[in-house]
Amino acid sequence: MHEWALAEAVIKTALEVMKKEGGKKVVEINIVIGKLQTIDMDAFNFALGELIEGTPAESAKINFEYENPVFKCINCGYEWSIESLDKLLGEDEIEAIHFVPELSHIFIKCPNCNSPDFDVIKGRGVYIKSIKIQE
Amino acid sequence: MDPRITIIKDRLSSVKRIIAVASGKGGVGKSMVSTGLALLLSKKNHKCGLLDLDFHGPSCHIILGVDKLELIEEKGIIPPTINGIKFMSIVHFAEEKPVAIRGKEVSNALIELLAITRWGNLDYLIIDLPPGMSDEALDIMRLIKNQEFLIVTTPSKLSMGVVEKLIKFLKSMNANITGIIENMVMTESNIVEEFARKNKVRYLGKILYDSELESCIGSIECLLKTKFIQNLLEILEYMKSLSC
Repeated sequence: MHEWALAEAVIKTALEVMKKEGGKKVVEINIVIGKLQTIDMDAFNFALGELIEGTPAESAKINFEYENPVFKCINCGYEWSIESLDKLLGEDEIEAIHFVPELSHIFIKCPNCNSPDFDVIKGRGVYIKSIKIQE
Repeated sequence: MDPRITIIKDRLSSVKRIIAVASGKGGVGKSMVSTGLALLLSKKNHKCGLLDLDFHGPSCHIILGVDKLELIEEKGIIPPTINGIKFMSIVHFAEEKPVAIRGKEVSNALIELLAITRWGNLDYLIIDLPPGMSDEALDIMRLIKNQEFLIVTTPSKLSMGVVEKLIKFLKSMNANITGIIENMVMTESNIVEEFARKNKVRYLGKILYDSELESCIGSIECLLKTKFIQNLLEILEYMKSLSC
């Protein structure tokens, strides 16, 4: 369960921020899920629930915001978005991108010029948008 | 805020010694040295990991003779074990497809691998770096604080010229340099020893050019019998005696 490793990173970060800011409790964690990484939300939620138990983040409200991946071609400047990888790629390809989203460069090409040389400008993976701490 | 950065320290907290194998130039034998060290350490019953961070040209798997390996997912990724070595590489995910990624994405892929890989208890983690002052080298200096650098060069002016820049750079970053290995030595000379002295870096020893080595790539059994490995073993014994 690769999601566990990412959830662990989220909770550890939230607790470190709380400690750094001299807080006593984490009250809210706002997480952005970039859809390129195709996170299994059941597994991710389960891991978050298990990991916050008995910590100062135990009663934190965890909110999710989802981002479709947006790409910008370095070769021709074209910008495009993908709503669902399922229609575009096979299971093995999606799994490779799930582990390391940068491998999207192997499987995705610019629809305008067919170049694999693009930036993922949005929707790559998991990041924390904000954390609310109670002092 | 990137949560992955926070967890990297934990992932490496049970690794006693982290050795990053670097060089200024490509083709000087970094991957052979990295893989050879991992094989020797494992043979001597040390718990050893090997991390191939050369995303554009991974080759440790070719040296080890490894095809596709099944990854174990357990609260992250447990690296597959080859001959006692826990082995992590981008090829586990990309197979033999070319990975054409740029600076920021190299960093992102590296952070992802460091964040999700569960090495467990290791005596040594050997990191095979791409040539030069690459994104990968810069990133591991930023993300891993307790590693040491092992520099590989050939006795060629072309290699040493670039290695000198690498040494200056590593020193400017206060990196811990274990020393220099002289590889592919074909004629008797002390040119690299003098070079090491001039740059105030420890000379660890030489590996003679081994014409049989190429034919052993892909076979661990054969590799362990090469003169290359015998020379590397002497260097390893010396390195182990050093307190880094």
